[in-house]
Amino acid sequence: MTKPPLKSNYKLVINNKDHIELQLSGDWVIGKLLPDLKNVVESLPDLHNSQPFSITGDMLGKWDSRLVSFILLLTEYLAKKNIKLNISTLPTGVQSLIQLATAVPLRKDAIKKHDSPSIVEQIGSKALDTFSEVEKFVNFMGETWLSFIRFFHGKARFRKQDFWLIVQQCGPEALPIITLISLLMGLILAFMGAIQLRLFGADIYVANLVAIGMSREMGAMMTAIIMAGRTGAAFAAKLGTMQVNEEIDAFKTMGIAAMDFLVLPRIFALILMMPILTLYSNVIGILGGLFVATGMMDISFVEYYLQTKQSITLVDWSTGIFKSTVYGLLIAVIGCMSGIQCGRNASAVGDATTQAVVRSIVIIIVTDAIFTLLFESMGI
Amino acid sequence: MSKQPHIIVNNLTMAYGDFIIQQNLNFTVNEDDIFILMGGSGCGKSTLLRHLVGLKQPAKGTVFYRDTNFWQTNIQQRREIMRQNGILYQSGALWSSMTLAENISLPLAEYTDLTPAEIKELASLKLALVGLSGFEDYYPSEISGGMQKRAGLARAIALDPKILFFDEPSAGLDPISAKLLDDLILELRDSLGATIIMVTHELASIFAIGSNAVFLDTDSKTMIASGAPKTLLKECTDSTVQQFLTRGNTR
Repeated sequence: MTKPPLKSNYKLVINNKDHIELQLSGDWVIGKLLPDLKNVVESLPDLHNSQPFSITGDMLGKWDSRLVSFILLLTEYLAKKNIKLNISTLPTGVQSLIQLATAVPLRKDAIKKHDSPSIVEQIGSKALDTFSEVEKFVNFMGETWLSFIRFFHGKARFRKQDFWLIVQQCGPEALPIITLISLLMGLILAFMGAIQLRLFGADIYVANLVAIGMSREMGAMMTAIIMAGRTGAAFAAKLGTMQVNEEIDAFKTMGIAAMDFLVLPRIFALILMMPILTLYSNVIGILGGLFVATGMMDISFVEYYLQTKQSITLVDWSTGIFKSTVYGLLIAVIGCMSGIQCGRNASAVGDATTQAVVRSIVIIIVTDAIFTLLFESMGI
Repeated sequence: MSKQPHIIVNNLTMAYGDFIIQQNLNFTVNEDDIFILMGGSGCGKSTLLRHLVGLKQPAKGTVFYRDTNFWQTNIQQRREIMRQNGILYQSGALWSSMTLAENISLPLAEYTDLTPAEIKELASLKLALVGLSGFEDYYPSEISGGMQKRAGLARAIALDPKILFFDEPSAGLDPISAKLLDDLILELRDSLGATIIMVTHELASIFAIGSNAVFLDTDSKTMIASGAPKTLLKECTDSTVQQFLTRGNTR
């Protein structure tokens, strides 16, 4: 056996005036510089209908899919000119691969069209998407409401152990991170206030600032944002995965309403735990303020305590707690909704989780703004 | 042409922590074999496959690829060997955020210096080989399970592998699709000249295409038979193997 030349090449031979023969030589493999089909085509003489055309590989060395791909493209080009390519002298492996590749014809209807919509169309479809999102949300809220009604009539059931497990997940297990964030929040508030208040000797009012700031706004808000990232995302991921695994369908076909069995316990758990966590967050935040006041300023523990006690009223505490309950409901509903409406593939779970967190945080802040205006106008 | 050994498994023990799954496995996969790993559910076939492809390190024993001891060589050589393996996972394992063409193009772009146009041609060729031409721009979630399997096969042969591993290729396919997939595997073996190692329960496939096999047993935690499936059916006296190969209808 002679060693084949290593350089991959081809030679055009025209026999008996008419028969074109393309002689391949060398290695036609990935990693070699191969002749371009365009050059081959350009070097062809004028072709006429059903001209005999063959491709031979007596001098061919190694080959892989590159060769098959080349021959297929050439076949396609020649087919347009009504010429059939003769490959009967190529290695049998090449022949069977080509046969395999052409066995199932191209499904023209399968090819996707790439048309980029105009800007008007894009804006329009975005707007429609937004409307349908809102509609879905309203629908889901409605279903939740019906589920509530069923529950208070004693018709909706879920497992108690599920409920307590969720309570544990979104309550006690969130304490460490809530502690850290609230403490830092209190410290930051006190620091910022301290510098400004010192300018006109009103140092002691740092206690008012921290106490009112935490109890009315920051406690509920920070807890809500943490819970949106922690628990809302967990709800969406859990229900999304269940949707992918057809577990939710399994509930439905057994006549168990997914709303009652999966969504209700999550909503109840979060509505129950959010006020408690917020209360805890308020206390820890005020503690953070105390550290700054006693450590950095000339305020004693007792002074700070008395000032704090004097500055906040039950109304301040209640607004924070009330807000947190609403946030809890929103986070749970949005998390569960994103999960239940999740698509059927693995990447959809990721999308659902992201969506849950982003939507919850946006809605929390918007709701907070609305509440602030509302309380202001009501004089609370 | 005498057959060269391609993979040699010596005294292999597989374990998760202290829990031994299989031990004392000794077998040789020859070139051009269609080697079948059989055994009841949960006996460790898929785990063995994961050991062979280099995803899990054996607790004891060696896996040789030709002359190379896979777990004794450096990482670079190990990668080189792994690159010559094509693997079809049980559920296709196509990357869901990429189109079929992108799924096949990724290894090509990663390991070859082809131009994007050439990669596109090759990706189309691979899809055509498995009968999916025209589906280049589809996402895995948009096609059926059988098509996902075939697309997974197209990705497995993207780099013209020397060894093809299949983890239950025909599971979840109807008998006709399963038969077509078997034919496709045979054709690809003949034209690509690859060695094939397959985990499967499908008796039809086992007898139709298997040229050699090992049988893993759950109770004794080791292999209790090896050889060509048809010979095993005729000659093996072990009742577990006989029951498996006859769907429980022991003669």
